[in-house]
Amino acid sequence: MSTETHQPPESAEHGDDLAAEAAQTAAPEVLANSLGEYTRMQLRRIRSGESGALPVTIGLIAIVIYFQVRNSLFLSPGNLVNLLIQGTPFIVLGMAEVFVLLLGEIDLSVGYSGAVAAVIMAWAVFTVPWWVAILLGLATGAVFGLVFGILITRLRLPSFVVTLAGLLGLQGLMIVLVARSGHGPGGSIPISNKYIDDLTTGNLSPAAGWIVMVVIVAAAAAILLLRDRQRRAAGLVTPPVSVTLLKIVVMAVAGIVVVLVGNADRGTALVALRGVPWVVLIVLGVLVIWTVLLGRTRFGRYIYAIGGNAEAARRAGVSLNLIRTMAFVLCGLTAAIAGILLASRLGSISTDTDGGQLVLFAVAAAVIGGTHLFGGHGKMINALLGGLVVAAIYNGLGLLGLSAAATYIVTSLVLLAAVTVDALSRRGASPT
Amino acid sequence: MTTPSAADGARPASGGRAPSPAATSPAGRATQEPPLLELRGIGKNFGPVRALSDINLDIPAGKVTALVGDNGAGKSTLIKTVSGIWQPDHGQIFWQGRPVSLHSPKAATDLGIATVYQDLALCDNLDIVQNMFLGREPLKHFQLDEIGMELAAKKTLADLSVVTVRSIRQPVGSLSGGQRQAVAVAKAVMQQAQLVILDEPTAALGVTQTRVVLELIDQLSSRGIAVLVISHNLNDVMSSADRIAVLYLGRLAAIAPVEDLDTASVVELMTTGRSDRTHPVAGRAAHASSPLGSGPGSPAGGGMPGGDAMGYHRGEAP
Repeated sequence: MSTETHQPPESAEHGDDLAAEAAQTAAPEVLANSLGEYTRMQLRRIRSGESGALPVTIGLIAIVIYFQVRNSLFLSPGNLVNLLIQGTPFIVLGMAEVFVLLLGEIDLSVGYSGAVAAVIMAWAVFTVPWWVAILLGLATGAVFGLVFGILITRLRLPSFVVTLAGLLGLQGLMIVLVARSGHGPGGSIPISNKYIDDLTTGNLSPAAGWIVMVVIVAAAAAILLLRDRQRRAAGLVTPPVSVTLLKIVVMAVAGIVVVLVGNADRGTALVALRGVPWVVLIVLGVLVIWTVLLGRTRFGRYIYAIGGNAEAARRAGVSLNLIRTMAFVLCGLTAAIAGILLASRLGSISTDTDGGQLVLFAVAAAVIGGTHLFGGHGKMINALLGGLVVAAIYNGLGLLGLSAAATYIVTSLVLLAAVTVDALSRRGASPT
Repeated sequence: MTTPSAADGARPASGGRAPSPAATSPAGRATQEPPLLELRGIGKNFGPVRALSDINLDIPAGKVTALVGDNGAGKSTLIKTVSGIWQPDHGQIFWQGRPVSLHSPKAATDLGIATVYQDLALCDNLDIVQNMFLGREPLKHFQLDEIGMELAAKKTLADLSVVTVRSIRQPVGSLSGGQRQAVAVAKAVMQQAQLVILDEPTAALGVTQTRVVLELIDQLSSRGIAVLVISHNLNDVMSSADRIAVLYLGRLAAIAPVEDLDTASVVELMTTGRSDRTHPVAGRAAHASSPLGSGPGSPAGGGMPGGDAMGYHRGEAP
């Protein structure tokens, strides 16, 4: 787009083109009738800075191949499931960050917001039913988000500083709460509730895994096809059928792979262990709900609008303070989900929880996935893909027996590579 | 304004230096709908600074009115008064003949006054459809009605003959300056604006892009929409406007049909507040017609001295 000069309608030498283009005002997008054309359009989008999820997907594949070559255990079912569970906090915290990164803000406190939420849950589950405890934990995270949001919007404090204070303060709060809880030895609260443990350690039965996968893929395919049909019926530009079918095939293959991996026996010689972990469904559920919220509601649209041009959003009648505060609330809520899943995996919540490291990995996950640090660009799926990259590095370097230092260094290099790709593609997009 | 304009045209032909304003006034009022927007004696002070004083201006539907003036002449203040950002200290605003109070931008928007500012207020990361509906997205089954929005946006753009846009689902950040202007204007049109105010619409545009925007302005006026254009570019003003209002130091130095002015006289009006080199009669007559068009509440026009072009100011002062 940016390199073309648009001729006014009367310019004679372009008369034919313009007539054609004018006719297309009804359907102005260059109609992609074939897969080839669609691919070319996608490439143009990528060149124009809308690279989206492509670089991170390529990067993820490259990382997986590298580790698999170095250690053939990397792609074993047991390790892959382990990787997914390890990656959960990065992925979910990354999704939390997406809400605020889209606004051009940042939340450094998510690690400890989640940890404190987990402490509250662990504390509560001694006295109340497990699901009430979880709700209390979620509410805790949301309240932290609300407080930060109010401080940031009403007092116009920078989110970086407010949430940095949150990071420090909540770490202290976590230590105090764990110490005061009086449960268990030393600096941790054990969680001995079966349901909460099962959030990450429980598995679907192999048969249930297949059924759930088929239902999810079928539902997603139905939604895609239905949406296409509605657009076609309204006379709007519709992706070619082959592209939609390709998407469905990719989803189905991904689903089959996940179920195959999950259902393979990853137990010991004595005890068989098979089935897709519950946590996969939980992460998928969070991903879908937040994606719908961002993509299909006014609230989501306003988040993007504020991230793109807050003044334009204000003039359009959008309540900036309300939307910003809500974004921080949702960020805190999502952080609480991550904290609860982390506690569920560890079977306890301890004062050793490094929320500072978690938040850095979370921001890295979101940015590696393609979320823009200055607002306006990004999707929930980016956090998932970026979180998988971080988890793959974390897990793969561990398999290779490399130190924590190597993990940090490699993650930092990947993060730099991700923002470089983003910046370069964006430079190509700068309008004339 | 058609009647006064016709009268303006007639006066130089008749050669009369002092036609009776009173004679044209009743006729004008009798055959004419009230103008879409009338400003009567608008004044605005910022502390001791008189940003605007005693502005009498009609904005008729279906006409392009250009507002020109040097920096600090009060153009922005006047625009912001009409778009509800600032309230006038004196005077009254009539909308379709009824007195109105534009106490907020929303009040102005609700009446049908849309202002397209220089910075356009578009979100670069959102696509054209999303920008055009920002803040008023329709819902369907609790979700954004993307199909309905896209259809409506497409229709509006087609109605305005905006054909250079490749896809209405491309981000606005990838558009050229003229296209962005077109999107901003289309947004105003889609919101049923009856008066579109354009603040320097061609300031940052190249030749072809400027032409696109000027055509768009034509489209607006041919659809019966009143257009008020602020511009520094007198070539654009001369080629696109039906009427030119010149502000000088917070006063309306002249309001005249574009035929009665040329670039030199407009520049003179902008820089000195008066012009005695061209069409002094036409200029004064046009000036006189402004208060006349107002009818009640503006007796100033009747008291207009029949002197030379210097009379512009004196005539306006109460």
